[in-house]
Amino acid sequence: MHPGIIFFLVILGSILFHIFTPWYWTDVASNWGGMDDTITLTFWIGGGVFIAVCLFMVYCVFKFSYKEGRRAEYKPEDKKLEKILTWATTIGVVALLAPGLVIWNNYVNVPKNAIEVDVMAWQWGWQYRLPGKDGKLGTTQVVNINDNNPFGINTDDPYGKDDVMIQSDVLNLENNKPVKILLRSVDVLHNWYVPQFRAKMDAVPGIVTYYWFEPNKVGEYEVLCVEYCGVGHYAMRGGVIVQSDQDYKNWLEQQETYSDLIAKQQNKEINKKKLAKKIN
Amino acid sequence: MSEEYNDNKTVHAQSSETISGGRSGVAPDIDYVRPAEIPEQDLYHGHSFITKWVFCQDAKVIGVQYFLLATFTGIIGLILSWLMRLQLGFPGAAGFMTAEHYYQFVTMHGMIMVVYFLTALFLGGFGNYLIPLMVGARDMVFPYLNMVSFWMFFIAVLVLLSSFFVPGGPTGAGWTLYPPQTILEGTPGSGAGILLMCLSLILFVAGFTMGGLNYLITVLQARTRGMTLMRMPLTVWGIFTATVLAMLAFPALLVGALMMSLDKVLGTSFFMPTILKAGEVLEYGGGSPILFQHLFWFFGHPEVYIVALPAFGIISDLISVHSRKNIFGYRMMVWAIVGIGGLSFFVWAHHMYVSGMNPWFGFFFATTTLIIAVPTAMKVYNWILTLWRGNIRMNTVMLWCLGFIVTFVNGGITGIFLGNVSVDVPLSDTYFVIAHFHMVMGIAPLMVIMGAVYHWFPLVAGKFLDEKLGKWHFWLTFLGAYSIYFPMHYLGFIGVPRRYFEMYDSPYMTSAVGMNEFISLAAFLVGAAQFILIYNIIRTLKVGKPAGHNPWQACSLEWLTPKVPPEHGNWGDRLPVVHRWAYDYSVPGAKEDFITQTTAPSEVANTGVEKT
Repeated sequence: MHPGIIFFLVILGSILFHIFTPWYWTDVASNWGGMDDTITLTFWIGGGVFIAVCLFMVYCVFKFSYKEGRRAEYKPEDKKLEKILTWATTIGVVALLAPGLVIWNNYVNVPKNAIEVDVMAWQWGWQYRLPGKDGKLGTTQVVNINDNNPFGINTDDPYGKDDVMIQSDVLNLENNKPVKILLRSVDVLHNWYVPQFRAKMDAVPGIVTYYWFEPNKVGEYEVLCVEYCGVGHYAMRGGVIVQSDQDYKNWLEQQETYSDLIAKQQNKEINKKKLAKKIN
Repeated sequence: MSEEYNDNKTVHAQSSETISGGRSGVAPDIDYVRPAEIPEQDLYHGHSFITKWVFCQDAKVIGVQYFLLATFTGIIGLILSWLMRLQLGFPGAAGFMTAEHYYQFVTMHGMIMVVYFLTALFLGGFGNYLIPLMVGARDMVFPYLNMVSFWMFFIAVLVLLSSFFVPGGPTGAGWTLYPPQTILEGTPGSGAGILLMCLSLILFVAGFTMGGLNYLITVLQARTRGMTLMRMPLTVWGIFTATVLAMLAFPALLVGALMMSLDKVLGTSFFMPTILKAGEVLEYGGGSPILFQHLFWFFGHPEVYIVALPAFGIISDLISVHSRKNIFGYRMMVWAIVGIGGLSFFVWAHHMYVSGMNPWFGFFFATTTLIIAVPTAMKVYNWILTLWRGNIRMNTVMLWCLGFIVTFVNGGITGIFLGNVSVDVPLSDTYFVIAHFHMVMGIAPLMVIMGAVYHWFPLVAGKFLDEKLGKWHFWLTFLGAYSIYFPMHYLGFIGVPRRYFEMYDSPYMTSAVGMNEFISLAAFLVGAAQFILIYNIIRTLKVGKPAGHNPWQACSLEWLTPKVPPEHGNWGDRLPVVHRWAYDYSVPGAKEDFITQTTAPSEVANTGVEKT
């Protein structure tokens, strides 16, 4: 069999695989559908180039296979052709880059009305904090973290007192409300990623990083850590529940604030003292 | 002025005599070649077994030594990849496989393949063997330093492999070695393992710098008469430019490894911020983990081109020789190599779009990254335009070339996905990335290496490798590797993350199970197929068909040595004199379909050859 046939079948197989693949995107559940569109566009342009180049190669292999006595063409350069190809490629590249940059511009500019969520990562788990009635998160420090202050909130920061503390690896979000994810880590790099939301960013110890999205499908999603963080990396999972307006409010009311926690701690102390007195 | 000219004429008359075998009469002016500017090099000729084959100063032997040692580490990397695929395809099938082991194998596989296999093989192996021969030198300019370079590499490999036997085992931090986890408990091999890794890298860089200086200065200073820069084969251009990149990029890795070692041993905080671990605050503070990523990728991205540029160069030469046609657009090819090399220093942070660096960098690095696609695409066009109207020999070498074009274009285009910042967001850290970089800098360069082995083996050993075995080797490797990495992209679309010891059991990911099994089976097959080459080489050395002089009818100098395989000193009594570029194939009016670089213009006066 002529090798060209096999190469041709490889190209054909690739196209068919792409058309009929059962493995493809999960349905997008956030505002970042534009990323999918850019990928589709890249598939059309890039895939077109791939097919064209490979088919041209296969054609040459068939047409110009070695024949005794035949001479190849002698033409060291073709400036005109090279110029055409350079410009055509440049145009293709610009066509891909432009939408990519537009979306990136949206990605780095967070809408003003986005709700801030503090996502704190450690080896190997997640916990979340929401701003309280004042709409602002209290500042934090790694050295403050202890059993009584799981988020390391600066105790003298008035914004921190009413912060809602979710000591679970599942975060609830309100549908169709933009969220600004503020990522931090207390130990190593992590990355908070929900495939259906498309967006991601590393959590880096020492700094706070961010990204934003707007969930637009009610449902439950899984959170994956996608920056290697040591031996438990593959098991570092969490969850997100996207809820409608009312469900979300009901859930939020049941959550504990930092001042609740402090009060609970103080009660515990008092009860302990009372207990001690009784025994004595 | 006129006196000087006369001197030149005498020299030229001599050289012309050697080339045309003592032709009588005065040679015409068109054959004039400028005289040599520096005297010939004195070579150290070893006599004992040790000086000839072990601590050898002959670049060709050093090249073979590099090749063999790199291949040896490559086989270790291959076996590690089998173990990883065993776990991914058939979890639990290997009873000893813990998550710790898995991450150690991932790390060592990556580091070995990129640095100790590909880099050492292309620059140390092909560079050493081919540069002096292709530019018409007797040897590298610093043969002793060259020998030390190889033995530094040898020690670096020993140190690297010794980390398998220390307490805690080798580092399992991922080949990118991102701190802080690299040197903290919770990552396997965070003690002795990572220190040995850093030490080995430092030794490698030191040894490599010795070799690299040799390649650069040999190309710049030791080219033979008439071998202008724009007459050099593209192989030399590729290796030369890659070496320039290596000289500028490896220092970043060196300081990164050094600073990491200090953080580990002395407790400095270059890369270490305040860290809370197991309820205790560690004695670090103020460092930046992202600083390491910048250092690593300032090395790491040019590193991709350190592997790719020699591959580009070599494949250009192979395609040209076996299509019996000059490489299309030679000057464009040279400038593309140089341009890609220069640009490669301005794209590193496209590995870091979602690293937490200032996101505004994304605009800059996406633009530079996509700009680099233009010269790269030009190279691809010129390869296929070289096939166009050629006279293509469908031998094993050409098959590897065609396999390279398919895999490289495929991997290059997925690179456009990842380089385009916002498209990278959903795809980064998924299997799409794994598929992309294995296709473009794993399989594609491997195709080139294999093509080059089949092409130059007749020069190195004087015998042809078996074609039939070669074709089996090619088809199994190409079809197998393509069916590993092409479908793997789609795992990335589902959202399967990389560096997962166990695949995800989410409902939308269970469909990946079947594909993982298939990919693993293909990986076992492709790995096993590589042993066909080893068998082929052993068999050929015993009973192979003798190749004789210039068996491929090539134009370039390496095939024109007086003896095959070339001896120490390469050229016998007189250095060759070069009159043209390395690509005068199928010149109209010429007797044969190639004109060697040493053929004087007067000998081919009535042909349609263009001046180069």
